[in-house]
Formats: sequence, structure tokens, C-alpha cells
Amino acid sequence: MPTLAQFLSQAFNGVALGSLLALIASGLSIILGTLGVLNFAHGAMFMLGSYTAFVVLGHSDSFGLALLLGALVLMIVGLATERGLIRFYYSRPKEDQILVTFGLGIMIVEAVRYLFGGLSQPVPLPSWGQGIVNLGFFLYPLYRVEVIGIVAALLLAFYLLLYRTRIGLVVRAGIEDPLMVELLGTHVRRMFMIVFTIGAMAAGIAGVIYAPLAAVIPNMGEPFLVECFVVIVIGGLGSFPGAVVGGILVGEILSLTTLFDPAYAQAAIYAAMTLVLLIRPRGLFGAMGRA
Amino acid sequence: MSYKPPTKDRRLAKVVLPVSRRGLMKAGLGASAGLLLPRMGATALAQTKYPALGTFPAGVGDKSVFIGGVMPLTGPYSASGKDMQLGFELAVEHLNKGSRVTEQIPTLKKGNGVLGKTIQFQVADSQTKPDPAVEAATRFIRDNKAVMLTGTVNSAVSIALEKLGQREHVIVMIGNSGSNDTTGKDCQRYGFRAQPSAYMAAKALAPVLAKELGKDKKAAYLVPDYTYGHSVYDSMKQFTEQAGWKTVGQQLVPLGTSDFSSYLLNIGNSGADVFVNVAFGADATASTKQAQQFGILSKMKYVVPNISQFQAKELGAAIMGGTYGTQAWWWTEEDTYPLAKSFVEDFEKKNNYKPRWGASEVYIQMLVWADAVERAGTFYPIEVIKALEAGHKVNSIYGEVYYRGDDHQMVRPVPVMVGKKPSEMKGPEDFFQVLELVPGEQVLPPIAETGCKMPPIES
Repeated sequence: MPTLAQFLSQAFNGVALGSLLALIASGLSIILGTLGVLNFAHGAMFMLGSYTAFVVLGHSDSFGLALLLGALVLMIVGLATERGLIRFYYSRPKEDQILVTFGLGIMIVEAVRYLFGGLSQPVPLPSWGQGIVNLGFFLYPLYRVEVIGIVAALLLAFYLLLYRTRIGLVVRAGIEDPLMVELLGTHVRRMFMIVFTIGAMAAGIAGVIYAPLAAVIPNMGEPFLVECFVVIVIGGLGSFPGAVVGGILVGEILSLTTLFDPAYAQAAIYAAMTLVLLIRPRGLFGAMGRA
Repeated sequence: MSYKPPTKDRRLAKVVLPVSRRGLMKAGLGASAGLLLPRMGATALAQTKYPALGTFPAGVGDKSVFIGGVMPLTGPYSASGKDMQLGFELAVEHLNKGSRVTEQIPTLKKGNGVLGKTIQFQVADSQTKPDPAVEAATRFIRDNKAVMLTGTVNSAVSIALEKLGQREHVIVMIGNSGSNDTTGKDCQRYGFRAQPSAYMAAKALAPVLAKELGKDKKAAYLVPDYTYGHSVYDSMKQFTEQAGWKTVGQQLVPLGTSDFSSYLLNIGNSGADVFVNVAFGADATASTKQAQQFGILSKMKYVVPNISQFQAKELGAAIMGGTYGTQAWWWTEEDTYPLAKSFVEDFEKKNNYKPRWGASEVYIQMLVWADAVERAGTFYPIEVIKALEAGHKVNSIYGEVYYRGDDHQMVRPVPVMVGKKPSEMKGPEDFFQVLELVPGEQVLPPIAETGCKMPPIES
């Protein structure tokens, strides 16, 4: 049996791992909830954030600047994607939407491979994130502790945007009943554009934050995308609180399973997803009428 | 809108794209059988001795033959795949036009292709997965009538391809594959492996580890959860325990993992004083980077039994300095083997970096195969296999090498090395010091232990 110290260290690690999944999944989830489009290029957008960090930190020491430019680059990419591609697919079958975003993802990944090659790019830890902290029972990298704080702040900002602003009100109403929102005189299509852009920016920011921890390669978004699908299925499609809770939950399952048998960690999250689908098919926070 | 679980949609999207494999395969078989007849006439005069088999003689054109390279150009092993592609291209150029390397091999002196036929080639992306690799290889066999296939990184892919080669009667000169199964329980008459098996690498490495790090160490392992990882773990455990070490932990991780934090916490808590990392490619880079951030690399000695081609370049000597391990080949072997020196120089002139062992493996496989074809005097696969199995020694970039007929494992030296610290490096790519070049004969597994039951040659 694992000791208390081992249990606590893995439980803490679950939060660290899950917070990042929550940030990526929340972007994916609100896009799905509002637009009804499952964005398969989300992993590639996450990767673009990491490559932005690589380029910016190659010229500057400012991690804040990397975050800002990561958000900016993905804002542009998000806007261009929605205006140039996704909007023509709103009224087309789900299969078409999946294929077009899937194809877009491949194109982004291969474009980056063409520009930067397949080797992993070095992204240094920010100066304030180097070192290891003693958390009582165990040692943990300082940066990963800080990431929990940064992601919490970002998710709070995201929450305030969705629940305390007029845009957020429209977005949430759109998730519940887009037709009624349109009938009440709101320009739903413009809202779609805003939501897609915000979702892409969330992925980009997550990519910047994760870059110092990862092997920054063109395919790096792929495993995250798959885990994020699990997160939003568990949390409930289109639900922001669902993405956050689902993210932490998946992080905990991944982490705690490794205490007993690491080989089952990946299988365990799919088992959890199956269980949720059996008991609550709409996910933990999913409501009737959504996506 | 109706509810659909997204993961299901994703699988749908993947399956929709390619035509069904079975369909392709059937079409391929039909097409090759159909094409055999009209082309027999042209080649019959030269090849009357042998019956049609696989892509023979349809694939032997008047002036050229085709070789297919199946390499991961995308996916976690894509960096290795690119290196391999460049080695492949250089080998084709050397065989077709002659070079300082082929000049030193009596059968290849002419430098005008193989049996006077120019080599034509293509490279297809295996995506580091068995299914796309088999699809691409099937296309090469069906459409291009490939007389030989090479490439592959990842043992699962390599084994899938040699099985395909066995069924289609096309020789597969395997690229990167470390699993014991490749020339063990999954050995095939049509598959040949140049890389040292996990058994050979571990047997060469363990005594060096015991000498350099001590005999009473406790080791914890990070192991990719497929045939390669299991094989390396088993062999490393066997030989390090024989040398006096204890094994205190094994973390199985899926291929393509990006965050190793939970596994690394367990390794940090395992009480080990040596961390043995079996992860490969981008996974090796990510896990090493994260292990360093978790303080594991400063607390424990670091061993990588099979060091990825670009691991040191990606991570830097500050992290990889002091790491013990093996590679199939390291470019400073040019100091020992004259042909390696010519190979390194020609490769670097074309590609502006020192070739890695992925490039070297496909390169040596091409030359060893070409030598066998020349000695056989035909592309008829059974005669080529017999020539490869004959134990004929070939002067090469790994020194003198030959294939063991019983399991199709190349007998070649295994370099054991340690990472240089930044201050010890004599150039930007001088990442490793080769401690020993252990002769292949010393570390080969006895045939009975390999589990290889070689299919009969006329099968």
C-alpha cells in the first residue's frame, strides 16, 4: 500500500495536471457548447501557443510577454479560422465539421514541422520558476506549483467573463438555446466568432504555460486533445464548470492510479468516462437541451 | 442537436479517410498477379532460372529496381525518421553513383546500382504506427513492385512490416528496432535487423554500469508500454541484477505520453539511486526534461539503455552529461572505422549535421543487402536471403559485420557510451564518449534463448 506521503504527493500532482487540462478543455467546451462544433484543431492551437513561447523566449526573458503574444497569435489564428473556414460549416453535417477541423489541425501541425523541423525545441523555465520546493511531505518543482496559481487566476478571469459580463450572458444563453437568443435580437453569428476566438486563446495560453515542461514538437497537442475530450464528456458538453471539475477529476484519476499500477492510468480515465456516460449521459454538469 | 460522444466521432474521422486495408491488400495481390504475366517476357531471358515469387521478377525492370522506405515523418519518433530518410537517400546515391564507401566493398566497386540496375526509391510516412506503415508498405509492393523495404522506427512497426514481408515474399531490412522479439519470437525469414537487440545492448551495458557506478545499486525504470519497452526492461533487469543491482520499481507509460509527473513522483519515492529511462524519441526528451525539474537527475544516476538519436542535442549537454547508455552507433566511431569516416563526411556535406544511428542503420542495411544481391547474382528473394544468411562478412561503417542465419540478427559491435559535460565537448555535436565497442559475438543471445522459430525458406 502507498504511504500517506505518496498519496498526498500524487493527489497534489493531480491538481497540477488537472488544472492545465481544465484550461485547455474549457476553451474546447465552450466552442462545442456554443457553436456545436467539435474543434479537432484545438490541440494544434495549443501547440502554436508553445511554439510562440519558444520564439518569444528565444529573444526575450519575459515570460509575461510570451503569454501576451501567445494569446495574441491565437486570437489572430482563431479569428481567421472562424471567419475563413468554420462559419461556412455551421449548417453542414457534424461529419463535415469534424473533417474540416481535423484537416485544419493536420495542416497547422505540418506547417509548423515544415518551419521548425521535427526536433524538440528548448523552452527554458522562467527565472521565477526554477528550483524545487519542499511541500512538507514531498519535493515538487516550483514552476508546477506556480502553474496551479496562474491557471486558477486565468480560470477565474474566464469565469468572470462568462458569468459577470454581457458577452458572457449571451454566450451562456446561446449554449442553452441559440434560436431563442437570435429571436431576441442578438447577432448570434458574431457571438460565435467571439467564442471561437476566446476558446483558441485559452488553448494558446495553455500552450505557453506548458511549453517549459514539455517536449515542444509539432504533434505535442495530440495527447492533450484526446484527454480533453474525456474531460468534457465527464464534465458535460459545453459546461464551463464541467470542464474545470472534469479537468481536475481526470488529473486526479491519472495521478492516483499510478500509485497502484501506472499501466492502468490511461485506461482508468476511459473507465471513468464510461461510468459517467452510463450514470449521467450528459456528463456531471451537462443539462438537458445542450449541444 | 443529438448527443454523440466525441471520442467516437474522432475514431470515425480517422477510419473514414483511408480505403479499407483489406480491400487495398486484395487489390494489391490481384494487381501484382495480373502484372506478372506481361512483364515476364522482358525479364524472362535474364531470369529463367527462378520462378516468380513476391515482386520477383515483376519488380526487376530493364534498367532499375524500386526500394520503398517506410519511415515515421510524423509522430513522436519523427525526428529519428527524418534522420533515417537522409541516410536512406545517401545510400541510394552511393550505390547508384559509387562513393568512397562502396569502393571499399568488393561487390559494390562498380558503383552502378545493384546488378547494374539503378535504384529508384520513395519514402512514405508510417506516422510511428503499425497500421499506416503496413498500408504504405503494401502500396510499395503493389504499385511499385518494391524488391526490398527498409526504414521503420519502433519495434511494433518493424515487426508488423517483417510479417508483411514474410507473407508477400519481399525482404525487409529493418531500421530502428530494439525489441528482442524482432529477431526472437516474431523473427521472420524475410526480416533482417541491424540494430543490437535489447538483450545485446543490456549485456554490453550492464558490466560497464557496475564498473562505473558500483555493484550494489537500486534501479527504478520508466518503461514505454509496448514490445520494445518490455524487452529492454527484461534484459536490463536480467543483466544488471547479474551484476549485483536490485530493481526497485517499474513505471509503465503509454507511447506518446506528454506529462510524466505522476510516474516521476513514484520514481522519486522509490528509494532508487539509479533512474533507468527506457522512453524513446520525443517521450525521452519530455521525460528527461521533467525528471530534471523534479530533481531526480541530481539525486540519482541516469541511465538510458537506448539513447535516442537527438536526445542530447534537444536537451543539451548540461542535462545529458554523465548519462550512461548505448546507441546503435555514434559518429565518433569514425576514429575506429575508416568507412564510417567517409560516411560521416559525405552525410555532413549534404545535410549539415553529423548523421545519427537511424541514418547509419538504413545506410548499412542498404549496402549489406546490395552486397548480398550481388553475391546471389539475382533479385530472386530466396537466393538473396541465402546470401544474407551465409555469414559472409562485409566491411562497413560498423567495421566487419554479418548476419546470423538462425535469427537474422546482425552481428556487430555495440558502443557503450557516457554523455560529455559541456566543458568536455570538443565540438557542437561531440555529446558522447564511446567507452567500449563491445564485439557482437560476446553479447549475442544463444539461439535457444531467442525464441526464434524461423519459418522455412520456401514459405
